[in-house]
Amino acid sequence: MDARTIPLIPLVPASAVAARGTKHATFEYLTTRKDELIGWARKFSLFPYPFVTACCAMEFMAVSASPYDTDRFGAALPRFSPRQADLLMIVGTVTHKQAPVLLKVWEQMCEPKWVMAFGVCASSGGFYQNYATLLGVDKILPVDVYVPGCPPRPEMVIDGIMQLQDKIARSRHPVVTERF
Amino acid sequence: MTATELDALHRELVPAAGPATLSHGAFVLQLAPDELLPTVQRLRDEFGFDVFLDVTAVDWPADALRFEVVHHFYSTAHKVRVRLKTRVAVENPIVDSLCALYGSAAFTERECHDMYGIGFRGNFDLRPILLYEGFSGHPLRKDYPKTREQPLVPYRA
Repeated sequence: MDARTIPLIPLVPASAVAARGTKHATFEYLTTRKDELIGWARKFSLFPYPFVTACCAMEFMAVSASPYDTDRFGAALPRFSPRQADLLMIVGTVTHKQAPVLLKVWEQMCEPKWVMAFGVCASSGGFYQNYATLLGVDKILPVDVYVPGCPPRPEMVIDGIMQLQDKIARSRHPVVTERF
Repeated sequence: MTATELDALHRELVPAAGPATLSHGAFVLQLAPDELLPTVQRLRDEFGFDVFLDVTAVDWPADALRFEVVHHFYSTAHKVRVRLKTRVAVENPIVDSLCALYGSAAFTERECHDMYGIGFRGNFDLRPILLYEGFSGHPLRKDYPKTREQPLVPYRA
């Protein structure tokens, strides 16, 4: 994070400055850009929704628990309503029969929202190629970060979260209109 | 106990039912379709086969009687398993349902109907159980293409 992305934090309260009637010696404000400020805020408050369908769930539990602790990245608290979540973690194999359910969950999430394909099955279908399996969730919805592995190591998931954080920090974040 | 039971099965069931073998401790009987229901009735009532384990099928694409419908039974009293094999042709792949004898057959027969397209005369609820409505074909048949997908959600461009 470069210096411009530090948000405006007055070092001395304005009331104290006014009472003293003098300027403080250190700087009192920094400038930043709106997208960088909002991206900085958003990337540390990812609320994941675990769409857990298969054995990768065990690895998801391992990476959520204290030894690896995704709370350090602000992505600790799973929300079990898609309406309260902004990171959809698709953990495990998705079948054609289940694809409409997954799509409905994704559609219920409010913007801004991101999607992580957790494990090879969610990323590409993995070793399945048959009548039942959806060969990668990106066939039906946009995916931001793919974490391969069968199952992925916790380090890979954490790396995926960090890459997603970088992506969020670099993104545009329209909050008022489409253009701002 | 097991040996006596198998002897009794062999003595009393086989002359009527057809050729029998012993495979991995299970008693295996080859049946004609019309022998299935009477044989199962006797297995349950006379020989104490109180658990219906499963029904599945085997697809032999080169054979005239293409499908082999396989029923498994278990006797909790005698600790013996029985496997019944019934051959049916692809043009008319229908065997009798065991719903009237074993309630669990209603579900296992639905799965067999999903995967192999075997019809079960007497089972009036053969809706898809593992597949979904609108799925055409039977995916465990050997002529179902391995890569054929039937997605419910249209793919993104």
